[in-house]
Order: sequence, then C-alpha cells, then structure tokens
Amino acid sequence: MVTLKCPVCGGQVNVEDDALPGEIVEHECGAQLEVYKENGKLALRLAEQVGEDWGE
Amino acid sequence: MIVGVTYDLLRWEERNLIQEATKLGHKVIPIYTKDFYHLFSEDNQFQNLDVVLQRNTSHQRALSTSLIFETLGYNVINDSRTLINCENKLITTALLSRHNIKVPKTAIAFSKDKALEVASKLGYPAVIKPIEGSWGRMVAKAVDEDTLRSFLEYQDYTSVGFKNVYYIQEFVKKPDRDIRIFVIGDEAPVGIYRVNTKNWRTNTALGAIAEPLKIDDELKDLALKVKEVIGGFFLGIDVFEDKERGYLVDEVNGVPEFKNTVRVNQFNLSEYLIRKIEEWIRK
Ligand SMILES: [Zn+2]
Repeated sequence: MVTLKCPVCGGQVNVEDDALPGEIVEHECGAQLEVYKENGKLALRLAEQVGEDWGE
Repeated sequence: MIVGVTYDLLRWEERNLIQEATKLGHKVIPIYTKDFYHLFSEDNQFQNLDVVLQRNTSHQRALSTSLIFETLGYNVINDSRTLINCENKLITTALLSRHNIKVPKTAIAFSKDKALEVASKLGYPAVIKPIEGSWGRMVAKAVDEDTLRSFLEYQDYTSVGFKNVYYIQEFVKKPDRDIRIFVIGDEAPVGIYRVNTKNWRTNTALGAIAEPLKIDDELKDLALKVKEVIGGFFLGIDVFEDKERGYLVDEVNGVPEFKNTVRVNQFNLSEYLIRKIEEWIRK
C-alpha cells in the first residue's frame, strides 16, 4: 500500500502498490479520484468526468 | 503472447482482462492513453506486441489509438474501421440494411421539417437518438409530433456532434427486455437479456437487470452475420425481439462492457477472448 493525498480534502488515501494509471478510487470525502503517474510515482487527481463520446 | 491493453479508465473489464491474460501466461502491457503519444517520424516505442486490445471508454481515444497501432503494423481488436462502423449509428444501420440484416425502421433527415414529415410515416411513438453516443444517453421517446418537435429543438442546442442529422426510429414494441449477444472470433458464446420493467431503455447503465440468455441457432447465425458486415473480433450486439419480424439488430458495440454478462452467466469471457486471440494469432 502507498498512502497518497486526496487533492480534494487533503486526507489520506491508501492505494495498492500495483495500482495502474486510470484506476478510479473513491474517497470518503465523496471525491472520485483517478490514479496517475507523476515523475514515475503514483499520484491522485480528480477523475475525468464522463465525456460525450464515452460508453458502449 | 505479448498483449497490449490500451485504456483510459481502468474498469472491472480491463482489470479482468489483464488478470486473465497474465494467468494464461501472457505478458500484458497496459497502455494508459493519457500517458501515450505517437510521433509518426519516430520509431515505435512498443516492440513486439502480438495484439493490442482496444479498451478506451472514449470513442475518440479508442478510434485514434486503434488507428495508430494499426499503422505500426499490429493486430488491433477492434480495428479502427470496425469502431467507425459501430460508433456512428447511421453507418451501422446503412451497412446492416444493405446486407439484408433486419433493423428497426429508421429514418434520417437533415432539417426539422423533413424529420417531422418522415416521423409521421414511421408513426408514434418514435425514438430519436444522437447518431453518436451510448449508454442510452439522450435517446428519447416522442409520444406525438409535438413532443418530437421539442426533442428536435433540444438536439439543435446540444453540443453533440452531427446535431443536424436527425436519426429517428420506430418504437419497437419489444418485451420489457432486449438482447445483448457477444461475438468473439468466429463464435457467439454468450449473451444476456437486459430486463427493465421501469424504463423502456434497456441499457444496464440505466438500471436494467441482466439475466442469462440461451443462444439459439438463429441468434448465433445473426450475430456472426453482423460480424461479417461490421468487421472486428470482439463485438457486443444489441437485438430487439419483434413479434412479427423476429430479431432486429439495434446497435453494435466495438468496445463492449461485459461485467454483468460474466456475473450472471458464470462465464469467463476474458479467458475465452484471450484463448480465441491465441488461436487467431497462431494462424
Ligand atoms: Zn478526499
């Protein structure tokens, strides 16, 4: 596990070591977060909103 | 094999595909689209991928990355041509009807006046859909001309692409369900009913419940014929049941979701797909 910072509330978020960029993590503050890589390290940002061209 | 999986959002499906391919002894290279770029004048940054699985949620990203990996000479499932055929409903409808595959009665018009005129020929209720888009979003049922007029007006002011192309369909009086059947390689191994008694739209994204489907020969033949016409290796085909006309093909999905199908059928779709790809690559 790695502990990352929620970009919305600043709280701690635990993410699996083998998480991949693009994984969605729900935080207790209600934020939908997306894992991404910054300088080779895992980080969190607000997840992308559903776009018009999304879906099956 | 070395399997590239290109994706923008890691859903259950992508995770499961990566897991199952790894379990079968393949090397999986996840390709997160937002970390990806391609410079045409430079060498390929991915060496020796045997196949690329296209799993982008965004159609633009899916189409673009399929095209790039095809250009690099890779086998891509699904390829860009198939994605175009699936994503644009006018193209899908045109291809299917040209090859005598039954579809719901569908009209296309380019002005509101003509849209209203042709809708009166289809009869009400009529269904209006954006010609690109999915999960049932913005698909609307107009009970009468007045309602349709409002929807046409809404379409004019949306930001969806092709907003001046009006795609209008008869409302098929199907049971409270439709069929989603999967084509994988040359087989149609699994499918579900999507049952919704509360909403006439039967997308599971809109709360429909999945139930296992028994695939009869007619349905299987139909699915494989659709694949022949649309192309691709892995498709999700939406079918309506009409009392008089039988099966009508409504839509084809080029990057299908399958979580509910796996759950209700106890069918390991990811494993099946990977094994079919192994066979295909060996040939
Ligand atoms: Zn938070």
